[in-house]
Amino acid sequence: MSVAIAIEDAPTQKSLAARAGDAIRRNPTIAIGAAMLLALVAVAVLAPLIAGDPFRQAPINRMRPPSERWWFGTDQFGRDIFSRTVYGTRVSLTVGLSVALLSSLIGLAIGLACGYFRALDAVLMRVMDGVMAIPSILLAIALITLTRPGLFVVIVAIVIPEVPRVARVVRSVVLSIRGQPYVESAIAGGTRSMKLLVRHILPNTLAPLIVQGTYVCASAMLIEAGLSFLGAGVPPEIPSWGNIIAQGRTFFQIAPWSILIPGAFLALTVLAVNMLGDGLRDRLDPRLARRM
Amino acid sequence: MGAYVLRRLLATIPVMVVVAVFVFFLLRLAPGDPAAIIAGEDATAEAIAAVRAKLGLDRPVIEQFALWLYGLAQGDLGVSIFSNLPVTRLIAQRLEPTLALTLSTLIVAVCLAIPMGVLAAWKARGLADRLVMAFAVMGFAMPTFLVGYGLIFIFSVKLGWLPVQGYRPIAQGFWPFVETLILPSVALGIAYMALIARITRASMLEVLSEDYIRTANSKGLATGRVLMLHALKNASVPIVTVIGIGIALLISGVVITETVFNIPGLGRLTVDAVLKRDYPIVQGLILVFAGAKVAVNLLIDLSYAALDPRIRY
Repeated sequence: MSVAIAIEDAPTQKSLAARAGDAIRRNPTIAIGAAMLLALVAVAVLAPLIAGDPFRQAPINRMRPPSERWWFGTDQFGRDIFSRTVYGTRVSLTVGLSVALLSSLIGLAIGLACGYFRALDAVLMRVMDGVMAIPSILLAIALITLTRPGLFVVIVAIVIPEVPRVARVVRSVVLSIRGQPYVESAIAGGTRSMKLLVRHILPNTLAPLIVQGTYVCASAMLIEAGLSFLGAGVPPEIPSWGNIIAQGRTFFQIAPWSILIPGAFLALTVLAVNMLGDGLRDRLDPRLARRM
Repeated sequence: MGAYVLRRLLATIPVMVVVAVFVFFLLRLAPGDPAAIIAGEDATAEAIAAVRAKLGLDRPVIEQFALWLYGLAQGDLGVSIFSNLPVTRLIAQRLEPTLALTLSTLIVAVCLAIPMGVLAAWKARGLADRLVMAFAVMGFAMPTFLVGYGLIFIFSVKLGWLPVQGYRPIAQGFWPFVETLILPSVALGIAYMALIARITRASMLEVLSEDYIRTANSKGLATGRVLMLHALKNASVPIVTVIGIGIALLISGVVITETVFNIPGLGRLTVDAVLKRDYPIVQGLILVFAGAKVAVNLLIDLSYAALDPRIRY
């Protein structure tokens, strides 16, 4: 696929802008999703420049509706919800990306091992089936009950239920690749297992792994916000979207903005990641795209 | 068929054993001293020792494990640390609202999402299709609590059509019962509906391109009859699969939905138990929810043969 694009692009020597325009037209979902995500990353990185102090309390300005002075209104302590929402971007993106990265790596290792070393498969996959039978938010809740709250604990608690989902995808790819003639001939030629895995099998798992990684990222952000909303997530003093929403619960009828605005940000972020994932899936795996 | 059912039934045992073992060792392998964490920040040494004794953590691991499995086999899920009540009784008391919420969500989602998917496939690339697909993409990104509070804000606070929060048991009358379930079911069902609508559309698109559909159309059968009887029935296996997979989504969502709408069900019980770090309850709930999920998967597998006579075991 990349070869075809290279040939198509090379002779014309279009300007960068024109090529970007082509890419967007060819793949609007990826472009929109990526653009939204880049904007959110910029917000997260530049938070100190964009927003004021997310912790400053001003009891006189309690529960002010959105206005020119407080774009997103204020909460029951008079804290600026705009500043808190901007800083919340950092928490959500950190959780989403770390969970996606960690569960992809662990899931990849387990999936490769299961797909390739058949003796391991029976045992490991039974364990994975068992973990998958537990609803992810409950598993995360149980893990958090047993430890002291913290961002890292939340990340680990979300990684554990996500790992089997990644491992399953990788395993099924490995199983289908193993039967391919070129793999069989490599085995017949005496290639060592390690080299076979890394050189012939691993590259085939990357496309589905990336697609799965985006879905894991989206679901991790939703679970983190859910956990914080329930009071079992990141410590309440950290301004995460889930925490802002949790703290706005009591006064929802008087100050609905403190829930609806951070909630909308979460939805947009998840939407951006999902769009990127859908776009990548259509591009990297046309067979699957036709089915969906 | 009988042999298949038996085989499938037996296959659920290892899964549930893994869940039970996992839940058991989670408490024992947790970093730090779980008894101290459960007892709370400023607990005395005696209080911590009491929690440890109550959880059986002061006995050898093998003995603990044997006792735990022995209890499980008899349907004993242990005793709550704080209320001293058996976990099974606490769960039984909270079962009705959760069952009602899950079932009504299932009904709402299936009744709305399947027609949406059929319509989208029938009018593929048209306006209806685009709207349904936009809903499917958006719905999947919507956090349950945002939809929940959004619905409360519009329909309860602004319009005053439906109660804000709470739950009425069916024993108090059918309409009050339904009234309190409408908004939570929609909030809980949004992602589920997105999933079902999407797969219905995809599966229908595939079936609608088959020769027998062209034959049915060309011999003049009514469109509705072709869509519903010829196409939907043949497209049903993936749809039923996704309805089953989605139950997992519902179970996770129940915890959040019940908190948003203040429904005293299993989800609320979970959250209360977590906030008090009442681990035996959390442990029991995990087993119950996982068991429900495994049972649904089993039913789905068994339903294939009924839906598609070509599938024989």
